[in-house]
Amino acid sequence: MMMEISASRRIVNAVMLTLSGVCTVLVVSVLFFILGYLLLHGVSSLNWDFFTKLPKPSGETGGGMANAILGSAKVLLLATLIGVPIGFLAGVFLAEYSGKNFAFAIRYVVDLLNGVPSIVIGIVAYTLVVRPMGHYSAFAGGTALGIMMIPIAVRTTEEFLRAIPNNIREGAMALGATRAKTIFTVVIPAAISGLTSGMMLNLARVAGETAPLLFTALGNQFWSNGYLAPIATLPVMIYNYAIAPEEDLHQQAWAAGFVLLTLVLIINVTARLIIARGPAAQRR
Amino acid sequence: MATPQQQQSLKDPVTETNAKPAVTTAKADAKLKLTARNINFFYGQFQALHDISLDIPTNKVTAFIGPSGCGKSTFLRTMNRMNETLRNTRVEGDLKLDGENLLGMDVTDVRRRVGMVFQKSNPFPKTIFDNVAYGLRVNGIKNRSVVAEAVEQSLKRAALWNEVKDKVNKPASALSGGQQQRLCIARALAVEPEVLLLDEPCSALDPIATLKIEELLFQIKDITTIVIVTHNMQQAARLADFTGFFLMGKLIEMDDTKKIFQNPGKKETEDYVTGRFG
Repeated sequence: MMMEISASRRIVNAVMLTLSGVCTVLVVSVLFFILGYLLLHGVSSLNWDFFTKLPKPSGETGGGMANAILGSAKVLLLATLIGVPIGFLAGVFLAEYSGKNFAFAIRYVVDLLNGVPSIVIGIVAYTLVVRPMGHYSAFAGGTALGIMMIPIAVRTTEEFLRAIPNNIREGAMALGATRAKTIFTVVIPAAISGLTSGMMLNLARVAGETAPLLFTALGNQFWSNGYLAPIATLPVMIYNYAIAPEEDLHQQAWAAGFVLLTLVLIINVTARLIIARGPAAQRR
Repeated sequence: MATPQQQQSLKDPVTETNAKPAVTTAKADAKLKLTARNINFFYGQFQALHDISLDIPTNKVTAFIGPSGCGKSTFLRTMNRMNETLRNTRVEGDLKLDGENLLGMDVTDVRRRVGMVFQKSNPFPKTIFDNVAYGLRVNGIKNRSVVAEAVEQSLKRAALWNEVKDKVNKPASALSGGQQQRLCIARALAVEPEVLLLDEPCSALDPIATLKIEELLFQIKDITTIVIVTHNMQQAARLADFTGFFLMGKLIEMDDTKKIFQNPGKKETEDYVTGRFG
């Protein structure tokens, strides 16, 4: 009897171990599959022209996506300028000033905002920016992505500031520093590596967003004039080229996908390096 | 200025037999840095301090002893109004610093004049230099040479200068535990506080580091008034001119240190200092 139970337990254990192991391999292989597939299809279309030239109509060779690469950078810059300060300061309030119950309520609202579908955020930006201005623009796209960055910016800031031990705050206040002075001269500098990498991961997360840009930044086959005109971005370019019937445009879309993924991975890895070095650098 | 309570506590005949000359006590009697009268303190509904009245004489070391949770740290943190950083707390009573109403003063001013060193050393994640300079800069002193001079002087007073003079631009976290605590003392001394509050400053340190801190406290009592909370009764006996015994939120008695340890006036004090407490 005893033997039977332990045998069946052993079998269940072995099955569960195998299952979870297989799933883990599956999870890891998804990334490598995507990477490999993009590499396979994208790299062949990658050349110097891709990074330096404007798009050409289907059939012509030598076209690139320079405008979309610069456009993505511009829209992401705007998104950072809008989303990070708002989210950061709200996170400071949440971590340093608000009472327990109020913080709970704010946190809940922020998490809900994080769950709002990106297409809905796009509609909001369309209503708030595109409609009053009368045209699509990089600024509208940046607003949409900026709103998307806010919830993560709030929660990242809150978490990293809360991780700073309270005795450091007390130490500063015991020297006659006000609460604000304490936060900005001691607490935030102590958390700076975590905050920086958190914001970079946040940026990497929205860098690939397409839906909110479709009817805000719109897209552009040419160089965009400043921040108030429609602008090309990599995700929207991929979308437009991928649904086009021409094969050479598909190739361009693969290349753009590869470039976008590479950029996102670079930001990700850099962010993790910053966070890994931060506390170690202090201990040295 | 002196109330009957002080007269009783500070002019006790026992002082005459002490190694300290009687004149010290008389001087202390005349110069009181802090006076507390009927201090009550509440964490929400819970009353942590009951009707505390005591005097802290200028340029003396005063120690507070008592079991955990007796209110000695709470009272210490009332004297630089650190408790105000906690939510839902309330203090009642009369607290005077050099005769000024401490509870009504600008709080940053209070904390500049009444410095504090905490139980666990809490250097900022900055360089050694910037740690000591922090209080000066916060209080508006920006002149480089003035700051540099004050930093050096403070590190010397905290008996740390010789160990760190070649690495003041290294992170404070590179220092040992005892050095970090001395750095925190240097940091507090840099703003030239009139009173220095120490909340069990040696409880996380080994005996050698503890001895160094005790020696430096002995050195600096000429320039600042020291109030120390300690669990270590030998430390109180070694360091303090006056000792107060707290129990369950009340000040049981406060007197000359010798008297507290050798001839306490209250049964509770005797039980505690002889280790019979329970």
